[in-house]
Amino acid sequence: MKLHRRKRLGIILFIALGLGAAIGLTLYALSQNIDLFFTPTQIAAGEVQAGQRIRVGGMVKEGSFASAEDSLKVSFAATDYATDVTIYYEGILPDLFREGQGIVVEGAIDAAGLFQASRVLAKHDENYMSVEVKAALDAAGATAENHSSLAEN
Amino acid sequence: MIPELGQFSLILAFCLSVLLGTLPLIGASRNHLLWMNLCRPLTAGVFVFLGISISILAYAFATDDFSVQFVAQHSNTLLPIQYKLTAVWGGHEGSFLLWTFMLGGWMLAVSVFSKSMPIDFVARVLGVLGILCAAYILFMLATSNPFDRIVPLPPADGADLNSALQDFGFIIHPPTLYMGYVGFSVVFAFAIAALLSGRLDAAWARWSRPWANVAWAILTIGIALGSWWAYYELGWGGWWAWDPVENPPLITWLFGTALIHSLAVTEKRGIFKSWTVLLAILAFSGSLLGTFITRSGLLTSVHAFASDPSRGFFILVILGVAVGGSLLLFALRAPMMKSEARFDLVSREVLILGNNVLLVVAAASVFLGTLFPMVYQAITDDLISIGPPYFNAIFVPLMILLVLLLAVGPLCRWKRTSIAYLFRQLGKVVLASLALGVLIPLVVLLEFSLAATVSVALAAWISLSLLGDLANKTANKSSRAKALKALPLSYYGMQFAHLGAAVMLIGIGLTSAFSYEKSVLLSPGQSIDLGNYVFMFNGSTAVTGPNYLGNEADISVSKNDRPIGNLKPQRRLYLASGTPSTEMAIDAGFFRDLFVTLGEEKESGAWSMTIYVKPFIRWIWLGAIFMAFGGVIAAGDKRYRRLRKRELERASGQLSGKLQTAS
Repeated sequence: MKLHRRKRLGIILFIALGLGAAIGLTLYALSQNIDLFFTPTQIAAGEVQAGQRIRVGGMVKEGSFASAEDSLKVSFAATDYATDVTIYYEGILPDLFREGQGIVVEGAIDAAGLFQASRVLAKHDENYMSVEVKAALDAAGATAENHSSLAEN
Repeated sequence: MIPELGQFSLILAFCLSVLLGTLPLIGASRNHLLWMNLCRPLTAGVFVFLGISISILAYAFATDDFSVQFVAQHSNTLLPIQYKLTAVWGGHEGSFLLWTFMLGGWMLAVSVFSKSMPIDFVARVLGVLGILCAAYILFMLATSNPFDRIVPLPPADGADLNSALQDFGFIIHPPTLYMGYVGFSVVFAFAIAALLSGRLDAAWARWSRPWANVAWAILTIGIALGSWWAYYELGWGGWWAWDPVENPPLITWLFGTALIHSLAVTEKRGIFKSWTVLLAILAFSGSLLGTFITRSGLLTSVHAFASDPSRGFFILVILGVAVGGSLLLFALRAPMMKSEARFDLVSREVLILGNNVLLVVAAASVFLGTLFPMVYQAITDDLISIGPPYFNAIFVPLMILLVLLLAVGPLCRWKRTSIAYLFRQLGKVVLASLALGVLIPLVVLLEFSLAATVSVALAAWISLSLLGDLANKTANKSSRAKALKALPLSYYGMQFAHLGAAVMLIGIGLTSAFSYEKSVLLSPGQSIDLGNYVFMFNGSTAVTGPNYLGNEADISVSKNDRPIGNLKPQRRLYLASGTPSTEMAIDAGFFRDLFVTLGEEKESGAWSMTIYVKPFIRWIWLGAIFMAFGGVIAAGDKRYRRLRKRELERASGQLSGKLQTAS
């Protein structure tokens, strides 16, 4: 093999090796970091294992919000208008968190079967409905008109 | 009547861009001088009418013309004037007009600063940009016209600008980011023009380089501004969230970084030509992808505009035609790009190749993580999300490798470098960097952390090898000052940008390792300790702003019983939209930031609040400023101007030669 061919082969091997390693690493990292999304109905049906990190989408049920006077603990119900799931959270809620608003919650079900949230996301724009919240409502059969009017309450 | 004038001038700009996208290109392929010469006046026309159009939209905002739907949706009579004017880019329609206007601005810049390039090349560059511009304006006119009216009954008052946007960051971040983004269209147009004319030589690379550098520098600043704004406005204490809409600018930036390095090789050594062209296409695709993601409503995010499927489809068509078309052209022309020069396995060429591979792999993995949830949903119908752990797991090792190469590259010579030479140069640097990496975090912050050690060691690795290189370059000269002065601007640009990477690394490493954050409930008079600081809550008072009501808390901070200052975070309620918003209070410093965001007031008078201590966070943005400054001064190197004249003479000679053979 001529010198420059060998060099070219070296470079190609280098790139192939790099790409291979990168793809392997990427796929491994992806498989480790997927957060599956569930609707309140699916959770109530027991589709989620305790300890599994998931996301839940839904509307904050009217009148369900409760907060402790002496700590940052709060609880509220996320609903898809078919089933409710009570969410427990300790911390400060986002600015746009309100009853009747769409939210997405990240967290896991603990040993006692309670949903402990690690993060609560509220929508940032009045006209904007999160894909995940919409999916949860669609799955439960609530119509678009229904929830848009509820969201504005 | 006036908004209609805005629309007319938008239509006129469209007609002129259609002419610009056809006549000069035809002229260039048929060597019709008159048609080629049309490119500059047409560009000026497009720019002027886009300018009139965006000014009229701003005027509609300034005069509270709520009969214009876009104004009614994004403004309000109570909105302060600076936000009325900048609300132009507060929503999808207006921000796209800004985007297109920025393209017009870049086109004008190309037509003005291209006097030394051959006219056929300028005609092709501006022609390609004209086609893009026409597509953008058509998109606006067809699906998202900012001048649409509400007839017959306009609302008495507008819905107000999203309260999260009413901030200084909103005035500067979107225009800067768009300007950087759109700048890569120019580099793309240069690459397409080179493919069309079949002239992919060192001259083409030299013409493109200043544009690529400037676009890259502006994009760097745009991204850094976004990060800084998100940091202080969203109040979550972070500076990067791997949000699906933060990622496309980063992807573009990574491709752009690879591109400016690859362009250097193409200019200096005449190799990597096809790769450089491919990178120019990729960087441009990244910018279009960003538009597509924000405007199609496919992904959930802070940035997403209210969605409309027809818009997403239209942008997808633009994306498909632009990327598909240019890749097809690339495939047809790639065999023409022969590289003659040879190089050894240890040479600057190979190191830059390594840089490019790492950057492209990083960009590809960010791309994958961003779009994977969408693809997954399309296939399985399940919704998933990919969190920051994925991106960190991939990105951090790649960037560490990149930085390891970064320090070696500038020391290496083109063609061939002996390994013994590199060892001589870098042996001591390795030891010194490791020592500094262990010592500095220990001495400054009295704590050990692997992340901090790695980042400080890497930063020292960059800076020390940079100093070594500077010492080498001036060693054998009679006067050191004179020798420093004789080094070209592009050299200083490179070193400045590399130093920026070191500064940013220190910021990222120390912030990640030594930040504190705590959410607490404090009654007036209560205090809390966090990371050597004591935060004392003194109570809250009511405040009234021009378009909001709110509460302001007063928190005094001290360290070792020495008072540092008072932090006054606010919680506001915007009257027009009824949305609450927190205004965090920051005590910013060169070595650390302290900040507090307010939550809610309890009946007892206690407030919930989150307190953060963030060491060295400013260094992240300082690093970005260094990088951008480096990019700009490199673009100002006088060799671009000096050599252009020579190239022009040779190029016009070539052109007439080609004509003779053609005819």
